Amino acid sequence: MNTKKEVVAMLLAGGQGSRLYALTHDMAKPAVPFGGKYRLIDFPLSNCTNSGIDTVGVLTQYQPLVLNDYIGNGEPWDLDRMNGGVHVLPPYESNSGASWYEGTANAIYQNISFIERYDPEYVVVLGGDHIYKMDYSKMVDYHKQQNADLTIAVLDVPRSEATRMGIMICDDEMRVTDFVEKPAEPKSTLASMGIYVFTWEKLKKYLIENENANTGSKDFGKDIIPAMLRDGERLYAYTFEGYWKDVGTLGSLWDANMDLLAPSEQLNLYDKSWRIYSRHSNFPPQYIGTKAEIQNSMITEGSVVDGKVDFSVIFGGVTIEEGATVQYSVVMPGTVIKAGAVVEYAIVGENCVIEKNAHIGRSPEEYSDANREEWGIAVTGHNITVSEGKEVPPQKILAESI
Amino acid sequence: MGTTQNILGLVFASVHEESLVELTKNRTLGAVPFGGRYRLIDFPISNYVNSGISQVGVLTNHNYGSLLDHIGSGREWDLARKKGGLHLLPPYSSSVVSQLRGKLDALANIRSFVEHAAADYVVLSDCDVVTNIDFRQVVKEHIASGADITAVYAKNDYDEATSKSAVIYDIDDAGFVTDVMINPPMKGKCNQGLNMYVMGKEFLLNVVKKCISRNRFSLRKDVLQDTAANYKIKGYEHKTFFVKIESTASYFAANLALLDTEKRNALFQPNAPILTKTKDNAPVHFGLESEIKNSLIADGCIIEGKVENCVLFRGVKIGKGSVVRDSIITQSGVIGERCSLRNVITDKNVAIADERVLTGSAGFPAYFVKGAEI
Repeated sequence: MNTKKEVVAMLLAGGQGSRLYALTHDMAKPAVPFGGKYRLIDFPLSNCTNSGIDTVGVLTQYQPLVLNDYIGNGEPWDLDRMNGGVHVLPPYESNSGASWYEGTANAIYQNISFIERYDPEYVVVLGGDHIYKMDYSKMVDYHKQQNADLTIAVLDVPRSEATRMGIMICDDEMRVTDFVEKPAEPKSTLASMGIYVFTWEKLKKYLIENENANTGSKDFGKDIIPAMLRDGERLYAYTFEGYWKDVGTLGSLWDANMDLLAPSEQLNLYDKSWRIYSRHSNFPPQYIGTKAEIQNSMITEGSVVDGKVDFSVIFGGVTIEEGATVQYSVVMPGTVIKAGAVVEYAIVGENCVIEKNAHIGRSPEEYSDANREEWGIAVTGHNITVSEGKEVPPQKILAESI
Repeated sequence: MGTTQNILGLVFASVHEESLVELTKNRTLGAVPFGGRYRLIDFPISNYVNSGISQVGVLTNHNYGSLLDHIGSGREWDLARKKGGLHLLPPYSSSVVSQLRGKLDALANIRSFVEHAAADYVVLSDCDVVTNIDFRQVVKEHIASGADITAVYAKNDYDEATSKSAVIYDIDDAGFVTDVMINPPMKGKCNQGLNMYVMGKEFLLNVVKKCISRNRFSLRKDVLQDTAANYKIKGYEHKTFFVKIESTASYFAANLALLDTEKRNALFQPNAPILTKTKDNAPVHFGLESEIKNSLIADGCIIEGKVENCVLFRGVKIGKGSVVRDSIITQSGVIGERCSLRNVITDKNVAIADERVLTGSAGFPAYFVKGAEI
């Protein structure tokens, strides 16, 4: 028996994240490590718990093992509850047959019975691949004030970026009048953040209609929002101010990590009133050796550093030996970087071994304007060995050991 | 391991406080911070858990607010269980004596807890020894030896002058204890007791009853040294790294000992991790002008200055231009800008203003009380 919940959050975590290539080879995108001791999903889950939302469905589909393990009973996010809490919701088989989640809307449609158990007034739909801190309860309040059917969180972006995003066109009261996906000539700069508050009754109606219409896409952006606009439902935009980053590509994942080191500290991870929670590894404190040189970096528990680290994010249990250099890079948990190795402008996945004198990535300063196009960050996937003296050039995405 | 299903682990969280008067002013010994992100009680509890012991009783008798806050339901040690699990055992308020007169008195107080535990053997530990030990082996040898009591010891340099409560054993070739001395006038390598014992549960209950009936309360004096009773005491030599905290100076040295990689690896083993309460701190941020050498640093620290040979606990801030050497800065210590610290211990939440110079010596580190503003 479940008691009623005013708000239930549904977190879409099934995406493959194909633009993260080797990093999502064997884990779903929301499980990708970020910021020294987090995984992407820690941000929406921590936002939920900090916003007072204690009932969260996590929709998984692609490579769920790491993610399932990570979420567990939800205890790290205070989501191990007698009533509510976090629930992992994979696709399942029923009388009418088994079916994969076909689109974002279909994934929620298949879990209508999960939502109904809590008889909610509102359903918050979230993505699992955005870095931001947001109080969803304020957005729900706004939704109520506007007497809205759907509220969409938007970010005012530079015009140049608007062409790559879903753009909301609003009237003076912030009521959405039109929605255009990646417009060539944007009529507005209010970009959707992929965060929705629905009045459940309305969402349920549109999910069922969409399912019966069998559009093929079964997607919020392609089907649900246009249908609601067409029917004249009350759609409102909720402007968010603060740090928000889509980490759907390797470049943006690297950027978002580097943002943590920026002196302006747009995303304050040290704010005790809005902690980002994560599952712990029981590592001892980090040890910085006598030969270490560290500047402007983030390093976490379980790491042993005796080399040079500059402008980098180093995860738990990483070893950086004396004589190794890491700069402008992200080094994920459990990786060992041996003496003489250089890692620069790179993302190195979990549990890799970078052998002596190997060289990963290059500084953009080594490239002239003429061949700048050839530069980009270098990436190694998880569990990869780069043998002694081997090189991983810029833009290379290494999926197998060399 | 089937053999550990029937073992009860007990921790004395409030003894030996005379050795750390300052750090135990506001908290009991088990709650004293250690090693960057731990409290002393984490070591015995983790040792029990890593040895497969899943029923643990923690005996305490005063100032146990911090301890209670730290161990909570025991979840961090996987001891929030329906069967067994962690039990905090404060003295009964109806107890006639407010201060316990010895370990036997404390054990008499929890008699029914011990009686009801589904255990054949009891392991006892204090919080003054920091080490990583597998009790499965100790219990196995205890059973094989047929001894009444097995006492864990280590071959260690002993000096009467600096020890407050050392137990020194004479041990014969078969490994049995032939003499038990408390703070004897000696110096040099000795078999020093680590305040860890294994006994049969029934034996323990009987001994406690017998001693209490004669107004005897000391485990060491009235059981181990009771030659008339002729108990069979086996020695178990613990051969890996340990530190025994006997004074503020040895507490200071014990923390700094963790800067030695070999010792650190002996204490923090991936297969037998030391578990503690998690705090969800962000990773350490090293600023543009930071310079760090040979230090152990817990998460949540923001370091803008120079740090050498230090242990920094969770959430410490070191300001620009400050130089902190050979020091222990416990949880949430804030050091301002252009300060200079050497041989200092700061207790929790100490705030040091800009341009302060604080110096102690290795033998007498300067100690700053909890919440002090300097």
